[in-house]
Amino acid sequence: MERTEDLIELCLLMGKIMQQNGAETYRVEDTMTRIAQSFGRDESQSYVTPTGIMFTISPGAHAKLVRVSARETNLEKVNLANDVSRKIASGEMSTHVAYKELRKIETSPTDYSVLMQIISATLASGFFTIMFQGSWYDFLPACLAGGLGFIALINFIRLFEIKFVAEFVASLLIGFTAFSLFSFGIGKEVDKIVVGSIMPLVPGLLITNAVRDLMAGHLISGLAKGAEAFLTAFAIGAGIAVMFALF
Amino acid sequence: MWIEYAIASFFASAAFGIIYQAPRNTLVKCGLVGMVGWMIYAFLVWKEVDSVPATLIASFVIALVSQTLARRFKTPMIIFSVPGIIPLVPGSLAYDAMRNFVQNDYSAATSIAAKAFTISGAIAFGLVFSEVLNQIIKKVKQTKAQVR
Repeated sequence: MERTEDLIELCLLMGKIMQQNGAETYRVEDTMTRIAQSFGRDESQSYVTPTGIMFTISPGAHAKLVRVSARETNLEKVNLANDVSRKIASGEMSTHVAYKELRKIETSPTDYSVLMQIISATLASGFFTIMFQGSWYDFLPACLAGGLGFIALINFIRLFEIKFVAEFVASLLIGFTAFSLFSFGIGKEVDKIVVGSIMPLVPGLLITNAVRDLMAGHLISGLAKGAEAFLTAFAIGAGIAVMFALF
Repeated sequence: MWIEYAIASFFASAAFGIIYQAPRNTLVKCGLVGMVGWMIYAFLVWKEVDSVPATLIASFVIALVSQTLARRFKTPMIIFSVPGIIPLVPGSLAYDAMRNFVQNDYSAATSIAAKAFTISGAIAFGLVFSEVLNQIIKKVKQTKAQVR
């Protein structure tokens, strides 16, 4: 028989990792109850919001709480956590081994280097400009603006700790780069350049997840994610708007 | 134009796979999912379908493909669907709305913002639809198995 405390800790850690790295709310709740079930605890309850997770193993038992303070999107970690839960369900892993494995996943470094992420944000900006019917003349300026914006974003997040300020500064830089390149005659349509290069910052996943959570009945999660998405969109828009006013 | 679209959407989606830290061996598939979605969307818009139903259909197909891939490779579905739907996200509309707000053209801004919101809703609807469809198929299969 597994110790109850260990099992609770395992479920909470699993939920935390999945929630922090961008899994859908219903999937987090589902995974936690399933793990409990696979150890014969059929009456566990979990309540997941974007900022915290509550879990109780059986009616009448103490509920435990885990705070989720920062969220990002890391699909690799979601995938690894999912593998662990699959192995637990099939009985291949004990709580002890699974817990150790999850700890490893939680602290493991990201798979791609920062440079590689910057390069992909750069390329993504350029290709988005093409997809939004920009011409190939706009490709390079969009790459430059998008790349610089992304570099600013990841550095300023470390500096300010308030995400929205970092996003504001990043979009200021994007706006500045795009408009000044344009005023030197580089690029055909400044609108397309700006749209393409802000795409790496746009909270597309959040907006979609917010509507999706609302539809699935996770009203608190949906509203919270919607608020986060709105703030991000507002920060980006405000940054670009300042540059509009200046140029 | 179509080849340009295909190349651009493939690389944009795969690049988003890297930004979102998708596992290395899934990057090409992420790119393909994004490409399929964007091609369907662009084709429908070119055929003068409104962008809202076009988005709905594209995100529905993206979710179907992602589910199939997820089942095949035993991964969560979001690994494929998240980078895949990124091209559909109404980033340019949100930008347009913001620009109009700044230029004090509130009526244009609110109508564009409403459109952006509707398109986000359409993306989510497409995803949810295909999930519901998947669950129904699963249930039908289960009941059939029980009858036998």
